Parts: sequence; C-alpha cells; structure tokens
Amino acid sequence: MIKLKINGQEKNWDGDPNLPLLWFIRDEVGLTGTKFGCGEALCGACTVIMDKQAIRSCITSISDAADREVTTIEGLHPTGDHAVQKAWRQVNVPQCGYCQAGQIMQAAALLMDNPKPDHDQIREAMSGNICRCGCYQRIETAVHLASTGV
Amino acid sequence: MNIITNPGKPRGFERHVTKVENVSRRNVMKGLGIAGSFVLAAPIMSRPAFAYETGAGKMPHGVVVDPKVFVAIAPDGIVTIIAHRSEMGTGVRTSLPLIVAEEMEADWNKVKVQQAHGDEVRYGNQDTDGSRSTRHYLIPMRQIGAAARTMLESAAAKRLGVPVTEVKATNHEVVHAASGRRIGFGDLAADASKEAVPAIASLKLKDPKDFRYLGKGEISIVDLHDITTGSAHYGADIRLPGMKYAVIARPPVTGGKLVSFDGADAMKVSGVEKVMEVKGWPWPSKFQPLGGVAVIARNTGAAIKGRDALKVTWDDGANAKYESVAYRAQLEDAARKPGLVLRKEGDVDSALKSADRVITGEYYAPHLAHVSMEPPVAVADVKGDKAEVWAPVQSPGGTREDVAKTLGIPEDNVTINVTLLGGGFGRKSKCDYALEAALLSKALGAPVKVQWTREDDVQHDFLHTVSAERIEAGLDKNGKVIAWRHRSVAPSIASTFAANAVHEAAFEIGMGLVDMPFEIANIQCENPEAPAHTRIGWFRSVSNIPHAFAVQSMVGELAHATGRDQKDMLLELIGSPRIIKLDSVKDLWNYGEPYDSYPIDTARLRRVVELVAEKGAWGRSVPKGHGLGIAVHRSFVSYVASIVEVAIDDKGKLTVPRVDTAIDCGTYVNPERIQSQIEGAAIMGLSLAKYGEITFKDGRVQQKNFDDFPVIRIDESPLITNVHIVPPGPDTPPSGVGEPGVPPFAPALTNAIFAATGKRIRALPIGKQLET
Repeated sequence: MIKLKINGQEKNWDGDPNLPLLWFIRDEVGLTGTKFGCGEALCGACTVIMDKQAIRSCITSISDAADREVTTIEGLHPTGDHAVQKAWRQVNVPQCGYCQAGQIMQAAALLMDNPKPDHDQIREAMSGNICRCGCYQRIETAVHLASTGV
Repeated sequence: MNIITNPGKPRGFERHVTKVENVSRRNVMKGLGIAGSFVLAAPIMSRPAFAYETGAGKMPHGVVVDPKVFVAIAPDGIVTIIAHRSEMGTGVRTSLPLIVAEEMEADWNKVKVQQAHGDEVRYGNQDTDGSRSTRHYLIPMRQIGAAARTMLESAAAKRLGVPVTEVKATNHEVVHAASGRRIGFGDLAADASKEAVPAIASLKLKDPKDFRYLGKGEISIVDLHDITTGSAHYGADIRLPGMKYAVIARPPVTGGKLVSFDGADAMKVSGVEKVMEVKGWPWPSKFQPLGGVAVIARNTGAAIKGRDALKVTWDDGANAKYESVAYRAQLEDAARKPGLVLRKEGDVDSALKSADRVITGEYYAPHLAHVSMEPPVAVADVKGDKAEVWAPVQSPGGTREDVAKTLGIPEDNVTINVTLLGGGFGRKSKCDYALEAALLSKALGAPVKVQWTREDDVQHDFLHTVSAERIEAGLDKNGKVIAWRHRSVAPSIASTFAANAVHEAAFEIGMGLVDMPFEIANIQCENPEAPAHTRIGWFRSVSNIPHAFAVQSMVGELAHATGRDQKDMLLELIGSPRIIKLDSVKDLWNYGEPYDSYPIDTARLRRVVELVAEKGAWGRSVPKGHGLGIAVHRSFVSYVASIVEVAIDDKGKLTVPRVDTAIDCGTYVNPERIQSQIEGAAIMGLSLAKYGEITFKDGRVQQKNFDDFPVIRIDESPLITNVHIVPPGPDTPPSGVGEPGVPPFAPALTNAIFAATGKRIRALPIGKQLET
C-alpha cells in the first residue's frame, strides 16, 4: 500500500506501483486540474509541486511519490488567490487555458526557490512548459508581476 | 527592469463571479423570462438595414436570431446568455455574449454564460472555424440583444403607464427619466416575455458611441478564474459513474487496416479490463475513425501500458510507400510543368519571354501537425438508441450528425456537450475521436473516455498539407514587374472527403493564390495535380501558409534583385488603392463572404503595411547580425502586416528580438483578445518556420512527440510582440482574427534572415539551414 498526501489529504494506492502519478491524480483521485499533454515530461502540462519542487507527474511513478506531499493546482491556494494566480488574471494570460495549471505550478515553484527571478531566470525556469497558443509574453509579465507586485 | 512588456497594452479588470454554466439536456435554461416566436432561421442581414451582408446565412443551418433561445432573465435579474460557438482560446464564448449584453443594456456583472450543446436547428451554425464567429454573429447578436431590450422597455412602459418612447433601458434597468422611476430587468422579465417580438426591421441598434463594452477591451474572458484554479472543464475532465478509460492502437499508415492482434500480454497489465477491435472506415471517409485495437482499463495510465503490450499485425494498404523526400521531388517536378489554370490576366507566357529578366523562386512548406496542448479526447455514454457525448469539438452540430450516422440512430437522440477546447487550430473540426468513444461505449454498455496520447495525435492527425510553390516574376528593363506566374502544388483537404481529389479546392486556392493582390499586367495562377497519401485537414490559416510564404518571399527576392527597400517593393507591387476585380477566376471563394461586403481592397492592404512600418520603425538601424523583414497578407478577409527583427549569431543561432504586427479586422469586439491572438500567431508562425515538419517513411509519420516535433518555448519566443490594430471606419464589416496573424509571419521572418545574412530560406522549416 502506497500512502501519499495530495493537497493535505492522505491518499492510498494498492495498484500498479509504476502508475504515473498524473493518472492517479486525475483518474483515481479525480482532481482534473492537472493536465495530460505529452506523457514524456516534454511539455509541463502535468506539473505539480512535490515537497516544494516542481515535477512532471506524467513520468513520476506513484511509488516515487510515496510518503510525500503533493500539491496540485487545486491545492495551491484555498481561494485561488496565490500571487501567481492573481497575476495571471491581472495580465489576462490564458488563451485556451489548457497548459495554464502547469505553467502556474511551475511559476509558483520558481518563486518559492527564487522570489525575485530576472528575465533570463524566468525564461529558463519556464522553458519546460509549452503553450501552443503562445501566451509566453504574458506568462513572463505575470511571473514578474507576481514576484514584484508591480 | 528586465521584463519587456508591451507598452500601452490594455490589461486586467479581473472580476470573479461564477460566469460559466455548462449545460446538458438535464440542465435546460431556467428562469426563462423572455419568450416569443422570434425565430428566423434564414439570412437576416439586409444591406439597407445594416450596411453590409455576410455569408452567415449560407453556412449549414444558417443563423438563428431568437432571444428565447439565446437569452434568459431570472427573477433575481441574472441574465443568462448562450454561447453557441466553441471556446478554444480565441475568447469567443465571452465576446459573443458580450455583444448581446451590450445591446440589451445588461450589466456584465449580472450576466452568466451558458455553453450551447450541438444543435444547429436551435442555434444556427456552430462550426467554430474559418475565423468567422465575430464576422458572422456581430449583427445577429446585436439584434438578439436589441429585441430583448425592446421587449423589456415595452413591458416597463405599460407598467408605468407611459409611452414607450419615454423609457430607456440603461444598465440592467428600464428608466423613466421624467419621473425618475426605474424597474430592474429581473422584475420585468415575466411581463417582457408576454410582449410581442419586434420585427427585425423595427429594431433600433445602439449608437456605437454609447457602447460600454464593445471595442473597449476591458472585459476578461469568462473562464479566466476557472482556468487559473484548475476548475475549468476540458474534454478529458469529464468523469461519469462507471466510466471506462480507453486508448486505441490505430493503423500506422493511412488507409491501412487491422489484420490480427494478440491482447494476452495487455490483459496481464494491472488495471486493464478488456482488449477489443474498434471499427475503422476505409480511407478516405471524411472524419470516420481509423479503427484498430482498443485497450479498456480502470485508468488512462493502465490503458496506455496495456496498449504498449499489444501485439498487432497491420495491413498497410495503398499508402505504404509514402515517403517525404520522394514526394517533395514529385511536387517540385509538377510545379515546373503547366497545371490547371485558375486565374489568367494578360498573356503571362509572352510577357515572361519578353521580360528583361525573370526571377524564379521555388518554395517548399511541409506537413504540420496541430499539437493542441489537449490531445484529442472524448467521453461518450450510449444507452440503447440514445447517445450523449462530452467532447472538445469545433463542430458540435457536425459531431451530432456524425455520431448519429455512425451509430445508426436519429440525430434527435444525440446530445453533444461542448467542453472547453484545449486548443483546436482546426484539428478539432474533425470529430473522429468522439466517434471512437461512441462506438466503444455502445459496445461496452458503459460510459467510455477515449484519450489520445501525444504520439497518437502526431501520428494520426489530419495534417496540414505539404506544398511546392513556384513563382516566376518577369521584370522589364526598368525593374518593373510585368509578369507573374504562380504554380501551387499540394494535396487537398478535398482528398479527405473523396478519393482521387488531386486539385486544391476553391477554399484552398482562394487562400492567397488566386486572390493575390498585386498590380501586374500579366498574371497566371496554376494548380498542377497532387495526389494525397495521408489525411489532410484544416490547420490554422490553412493554405495561406504556403501561399503567403511563397508570394511574400518573392517580394523580398524582387527587392533584392532590383536593389530596392522591401517595403517600397511591396507597396509598388500592391500598386494603386483599388478594389481588385478577379473576373478570370471561376470560383472566387472569398472566405464564403459576399464580395461587395468584403472585397480585396488594396487601400486597406497598403494601410497595414504603412501602419506597421511606422509603428514598427521600419528602416531603423539594427546591430550587426540583425535584420528586418516585412510581409503582408490578406486572409479571412482581414489585412495583416508584420515586421520581424531577427538576430543571428556567428554559429547561426536564430533569435527574434522584436515583432510588430498591424491588423485591420474591421469592426471589432474585444481588442484585448485580438492582441492575444496576434501575439500567439507570432509564436505559431515562429514554430512552423523554425521547426515545423512532419515527414513520412514507409507510409508512417516519423515524428512522435514534442522532442522530434518541437514547438517554440518561452526561451525562444520573441522578446516583444507589438500589436497595432487599425481603428475601424463606420460600418466596416468585422473580419477574421484567429487565423490571419499567422501567414505573414514566416515570410517576414525569412525576409529578415536574408537582410541579416544574405541567405534566402526557400524551404521550411529553417531547421539547421543557418548553422555554420
């Protein structure tokens, strides 16, 4: 039996220990904010935070998440008002929105690690997250806004 | 400050209310306050009343203008407005209801938006494609709003015992100015529903100077809060009790079929419940499923792992030898020989013979995959002769028809719930994934979700065409272009509907080939044959991509050959401000629009060039290794010009410091979303120019995922993209926004590369062509 915490709640799994965490979160737990984009850690749509680090849940097996704390977009802030989420709305970042949970989780992890990232640091940290609609200019603006309040 | 932002950009105005209600047949509109027989299922725009006509009435099921269908007012004053088009990132499910709210004087803070399901008899055409939602629905949505407003005013006048001319709807209430009395919309709803529905000709639309929302760009999309909190629902986010998860192994070659399979190892995978054949249709079959072997499991991860363990034998069929290098040579060879003549002015053969010199350019643009971030996915629940589907589809009405046909049940028994689309770009105009879910649900007697993996998406797409374009331009001794022959060779989308379709369809040649706007005495456009060997489909901007790439690259080549500035060359070729007459074109598609309303107007084309040149500081000095390029293109009846600045280092690494784009899309609703579409178009244009290429070997797509079919990431995106919107004239008809930003980008980029390096890119993608 694998035990882990997702958004503060204890979850158990006694199925395939190699099941990607993404599918446990989405299909077994039923939290659908975390998205499937590539299955190969190439696009970042499935990004969640595990023990303060952004990870790609599509290639993280659930056994690697055993006894860890996982935060998904639903658990980032109780009312959806994390600084990154607020900045995202202020800058009107999303177009289709599908990649945005992953983008937001990646940005939140970046700011935990580096509260004042510069231009290059933002671009580097966010370069694993693809947005096919092409919201990058606004993503960069929003991350900066979240980090500075300006 | 390190962050580059777009100066002058309108931003923000966040407002969090629960804005969106998903609708299903179990949740029909409640609190319907306005009723009446206000249904017109026919073209409703008449020139005397509204200054222009559109092609909306000619779309399948035309237009419905009916406040009863689109608007409901609850006693508490909440106004619910139906969005009948699909939201894939353009903002349409905000902007169309916003038009209704504007015209009926509803307070947007008291408006909820409800997504229509697929029902074109009820809602009119729902095909969300061709960049036409705003252009077809600006006037109908205004009429719906105006009708509702008129009925509210009539009800209020009766209640107050005053002439209707003395009351006025203002911000969610009807006001009698003389007495200062006012009645809220919610209070009036029941009475208003009893009012006669006004005739369309009697409706008074608001004076645009009184607009509170339209044209302002101050309203955020209704899904904004849900998207940022993970509560927005896309196709894969539907969960039903007892739902099974399926992935499908499909024939790797278009037109191939299943011979046999062994599912024993798949069945051993933990969580796998069943392995079964899925029916396929022979190619071409429009949007019918390819068939194959489905693995059914308790979760998607188990289904994928089970599929990996399948042993399948395929019959590859007639396209088993499709190979991209040979096919390119075949296309290029065809482009060097005469083809079907589609446009002919003057005598191009003798003009080319008599020319002082002839500049010839051969251009190549490969297949592209859509790779929307959300791969195709659908949920279906089929019970007996009834089917309910939840899916991210651009064509809810078409999906309903196709599900009904595929299952052999009446269309009335099919409910299509339209989720948000995690990107569409034309891929989700084809509902094969929903049909797969319907077939599996019927077979299993349970709700089924079919999830495509990224590999499925890349390898079984309805791909963007692949094309060879050849342009010969003849110059007289003064350097004036006197002859222009353009041959375009590309497999057609028509081949997805009918076998042996070897010529581009009217809607493809009308995308930048026969509608070429230059003022040249001798013009000939030709289309030699090209047989298809895979499924070809609409991809954002469609044939405009190769056509604009060729035409606008040739402009750069001519500028170089004659020693002129690119912009000056471009303006000279466009020539005098005029309405172009294309009498020699037999089937001038014009994006389905009446030419009187949407002619090719070279004054507007010139204007976007001049605007982008001014705002984008054309001719500015740039550092060594940098270069500027310009291109213009009319598509989806909008006019777009781009200037791209490139920087190329001594190893050939390409970056884009700045992009400026000017767009003239006529009358517009939400300039903030126009800006986002154009920003995104630069990214998509850069993706396809730099990396985009799907190739075939042995009939199989050779790419699989974002590692071998890369798209632009944030670290390669332009440092700044400026968007300049041409203010509309009075009664300028609205035109497309979603697609027209893409086509000019690639040629502006490659013209810039030429300016920086002297290297002319004639084949996309750029790939390693710049590496030294």
